[in-house]
Amino acid sequence: MQLIKIGGLGVVALFSLAVQAETVFVTLEKDNALAVVDPLAGKLVKIVPVGQKPRGIAISRDGKFLYVAASDENTIKIIDSDTLQETGRLPSGADPETFAVSPDGKLMYVSNEDDSMVTVIDIAAGKAVDTIKVGLEPEGITVSPDNRWVVSTSETTNMLHWIDVKTRQVVENTLVEPRPRAASFTADSQQLWATSEMTGTVVVVDAASKQIQHSIRLLVPGVSADLVQAVGVVIDNQRRYAYVALGPANRVAVINAQTYQVEKFLLVGQRVWNLAFSPDQKRLYTTNGLSNDISIIDLDEQKVGKSVAVGRNPWGVVVKP
Amino acid sequence: MNILHYWRALSGIVGRELLRFLHQRERFVSALVRPLVWLFVFAAGFRAALGIAISPPYETYILYEVYITPGLIGMIQLFNGMQSSLSMVYDREMGSMRMLMVCPLPRWFLLSSKLIAGTAVSVLQAYAFLGIAWLDDIQAPPVGYLWILPALLLSGMMLGALGLLLSSFIRQLENFAGVMNFVIFPVFFMSTALYPLWKIKESSELLYILAEYNPFSQAVELIRFALYGQLNLQALLFTAGAFILFMAAAIFGYNPSKGMMVRKGGGD
Repeated sequence: MQLIKIGGLGVVALFSLAVQAETVFVTLEKDNALAVVDPLAGKLVKIVPVGQKPRGIAISRDGKFLYVAASDENTIKIIDSDTLQETGRLPSGADPETFAVSPDGKLMYVSNEDDSMVTVIDIAAGKAVDTIKVGLEPEGITVSPDNRWVVSTSETTNMLHWIDVKTRQVVENTLVEPRPRAASFTADSQQLWATSEMTGTVVVVDAASKQIQHSIRLLVPGVSADLVQAVGVVIDNQRRYAYVALGPANRVAVINAQTYQVEKFLLVGQRVWNLAFSPDQKRLYTTNGLSNDISIIDLDEQKVGKSVAVGRNPWGVVVKP
Repeated sequence: MNILHYWRALSGIVGRELLRFLHQRERFVSALVRPLVWLFVFAAGFRAALGIAISPPYETYILYEVYITPGLIGMIQLFNGMQSSLSMVYDREMGSMRMLMVCPLPRWFLLSSKLIAGTAVSVLQAYAFLGIAWLDDIQAPPVGYLWILPALLLSGMMLGALGLLLSSFIRQLENFAGVMNFVIFPVFFMSTALYPLWKIKESSELLYILAEYNPFSQAVELIRFALYGQLNLQALLFTAGAFILFMAAAIFGYNPSKGMMVRKGGGD
């Protein structure tokens, strides 16, 4: 019996090796297209048109559909992740840029920068079901993995707005450094990490008290402080490291998520914007808006392995297992 | 004359050179200090100097320190080659050269032994330098540290042969300053050690041509690619060709009846 089990495990291991190949999708803001990259080969596979000014991108839980915010078309497109054909549209409101999908995959929360609100969309029904008033110029948006909180960051009000998923009301605000850009929860939903572009700061907020626990100022040796603009932030599932994209500083900060010390700055392409993990969290993909490429970071070694040219102004990135 | 004689001569020459190297600890330190100053002081000011282009063998953006590391290894070998040429002049002045040259083995073999000895020393220095660079997070893939060995041997021999050739021209130790100004500096600065070719091309087409055909550039590129586990065939052929050329000229130069020794007044 034991032997069979071991044999079975071997087969599973082999199988998982075979299907490890993943696909990276990158929105190209200026090319109005979607770049498809094979990250293991380090090659651009193809570029397909996707709509005017594509920015935010997400993938459905089952990996079958991509959601792409086509900002100049005022819609979020649903794209089949295999055929790359448009299969539907969601009513996002004007000029959608960033959005977040709930952990159960049913709802989508879209930041409406010009209207200072968040639109809630029922994905299956393809309908907007609610709007929530938030601060001026909402930018980053995220949903906690336990599906309790939606957090919207407003660039001008300089606040994190905590929206209760059940009541769809803002129940709490956390004041942060100027121009908060992006926010991510830890996998256990206990902490929220949020970046502030103007000061190159990332704050760690306790999800229970909504109070800032740690504030980390990111200063890159040899790079002038005003170039250090914290943007995308992700934290690994074990909360060992957080990674913060530093915009025109052309670097990704590696922060020990236990000690809150910055351990390293990794050199990537110009104006690094958004970040995405590979499904096994062994790699991190960065979009470099000005150098028109993505960088692939090996997280075991914490080294940048390769940068792959993708097209003009890569913005958002998502990985399909 | 059997193989044993050859072996005895080779081990004697290499042994003497290694012994001299080990005894002159200052020489080892100074050979390391020079590239380290370049790495930690000079390169520190140019961290982002390379702009945005990615050129092979690199696959992503690199700091300037990473770029000049192979160039500084080339520098170690260049200085080492010149240093052994200096020691040849010294040997000639002291008379130990005469002892070497009257040995009943072919001249090419004696000079090659001398070259191997110098190269062995430069390889040790290069690995010590790479070790320190590793600690400063300038790290190549592990396989690169293996591949770099044959590259270092060839480039070391080529630069050593250049040194040998020069030493056949130099009459006195004092002339070494001339070598410094007229050979080492131009060879080093007109190469890809400090800037990639595309960067040089931006400023001057002439400089670009000089840098491309500079044998030192080719040696540096050979080392650079090897350090990343890749073979640069053009650099390999160019470096090997330059080695054969310099070596042949040096053997000729050390011919007591025909070469530079005659012009110098019968050698030592």
